[in-house]
Amino acid sequence: MTKLEAIIRPASLDAVKNALHEIGIEGMTVIEVRGHGRQKGHTELYRGREYSVDLLPKIKIEMVLPDSRVEETVQAVLRAARTGQIGDGKIFLSRINDAIRIRNEERGEAAL
Amino acid sequence: MDGSLLRVFFGTLPFRAASFLFASPLPAAVAAPAHGSAALAPQIAALQQQLAAARSAGDNAWMLVCCALVLLMTGPGLALFYGGLVRRKNVLGTMMQSFALMAIVTVIWALFGYSLCFAPGNVFIGGFRYLFLRGVGAAPNAAYAPTIPQQTFMLFQLMFAIITPALITGAFAERMKFKAMALFMILWTIVVYDPLAHMVWGQGGFLNATLGGRFPTLDFAGGTVVHISSGVSALVCALYLGKRLGYPREVSPPHSVVLSFIGACLLWFGWFGFNAGSALAAGSLASSAFVATQFGAAAGVLGWAGAEWLRNGKPSALGAISGAVAGLVAITPASGFVGPMSSLAIGFIAGLLGYFMVTFIKSRFAYDDSLDAFGVHGMCGTAGALLTGVFATVAVNPVFHDASGRALAVGLLDGNPGQLLNQLVAVAISWGLAIVGTLVILKVVDMAVGLRVSPDQESQGLDLSQHGEEGYNLEV
Repeated sequence: MTKLEAIIRPASLDAVKNALHEIGIEGMTVIEVRGHGRQKGHTELYRGREYSVDLLPKIKIEMVLPDSRVEETVQAVLRAARTGQIGDGKIFLSRINDAIRIRNEERGEAAL
Repeated sequence: MDGSLLRVFFGTLPFRAASFLFASPLPAAVAAPAHGSAALAPQIAALQQQLAAARSAGDNAWMLVCCALVLLMTGPGLALFYGGLVRRKNVLGTMMQSFALMAIVTVIWALFGYSLCFAPGNVFIGGFRYLFLRGVGAAPNAAYAPTIPQQTFMLFQLMFAIITPALITGAFAERMKFKAMALFMILWTIVVYDPLAHMVWGQGGFLNATLGGRFPTLDFAGGTVVHISSGVSALVCALYLGKRLGYPREVSPPHSVVLSFIGACLLWFGWFGFNAGSALAAGSLASSAFVATQFGAAAGVLGWAGAEWLRNGKPSALGAISGAVAGLVAITPASGFVGPMSSLAIGFIAGLLGYFMVTFIKSRFAYDDSLDAFGVHGMCGTAGALLTGVFATVAVNPVFHDASGRALAVGLLDGNPGQLLNQLVAVAISWGLAIVGTLVILKVVDMAVGLRVSPDQESQGLDLSQHGEEGYNLEV
């Protein structure tokens, strides 16, 4: 099993969700996060005081996938989340030891 | 017309017609019948009583609504306005300061505050005649508001005494102990507010415009008493307490301009009670003050947000609502004395001035007036008090008369340059009293209980450290 974490633009979330839906990926966890890579932040002005905002709002999608489906899922996310500008985000893949469905204690890929 | 006919005619008059008649010349004609029949006298007296009662009912209804409107300015208006501007860990602590004053000042007012402001006394402070509100009942106080119960007048003035110290809390936001805040405010109402309110609005007060003041000052709804006193005291507090930890680099922006937005709209709404209610009656002067209030606020928005737009390329929501408050502050002393065009000018100047104060002056001198109580209330209040002396006109409010009862010029543009001097004297006295009084009180409270929370408590936030709760508990 592989965990896929994709950090994407908030504006890309719907496109990514649709792309995943089309290839039959159902489960995901979506988190609102803030951070930055190479993308520069911006400044905000409140009553003449400048605040520089370098942690930008992003969306993080987490999915645990059977190994057989990892590559097509990555491709779907890449297609849907890419604008070609700095700030499109990143995808991280990591090994998952086990998964357990709380309802009936199924284990491994059966629990996904 | 004989007596019985008159009785039949007026006895069936509905309320609205009766008050209309009161305003028309007819009652005066009736009151002095050419044939002088003695039989008419008691009926005329009864009629006059009914008309007075009808007028009192109308005025009192309006003034009671105004009392509630002015209270609405403190909670939720100011509480939301200030609450949105602080960091989320201080939102309850900030709102609680305004709310606590609604309770604390009310109790003080009942015990002795009203008496110190409005009972007969010397030129600087009222006496003890109304201690514990003795004798403050249904009968009007003819000197102040002859058509409403003195209880209503007392209540209306109470709402001003509440919001004034609440305005100061913006200067020491996010760092003052609740205990110290409460003690400071109790002393501040006694040492600064009560004397100033008596001097400007009390009978025989040093600065009173129409009731025997030495320097007759025009302050319709509280430019000196409310905004200069609170705004200048706020600056003293900000300087005495020092900056917030990490200011300016590590202090994050307002946690919710949305809350401030709602608060500012409620302030604007409540300000109609504040200014138009200061006519103390439901007549045409209230309409005139209502108009001035609306136009002053609108021009303030355009002044502040317009300056931002020119300078930064974008008009901000926070700038727009701050401009409304700046315009409202400046029009407050003028609202019962100036026409709509002057209101636009006063509001616009205040909008520009407020923007200039918080953008350039505050950073230039690096004081941490956290929510700009001085920049907005102190400075725009001062501008409003002086501009009142410029724009006040006999056409709106013939407030000054000569010995023969002829109305005299009021403001500078009206042909009375001396009025500007009176306004200047009142501004100077208000600044002086606010600075000296606040410094002394801060020293006393600092020695008694300490003013600032500990650095640990400050980073934890006032919500947890002062009140043991949090504004936002997001767990399901």
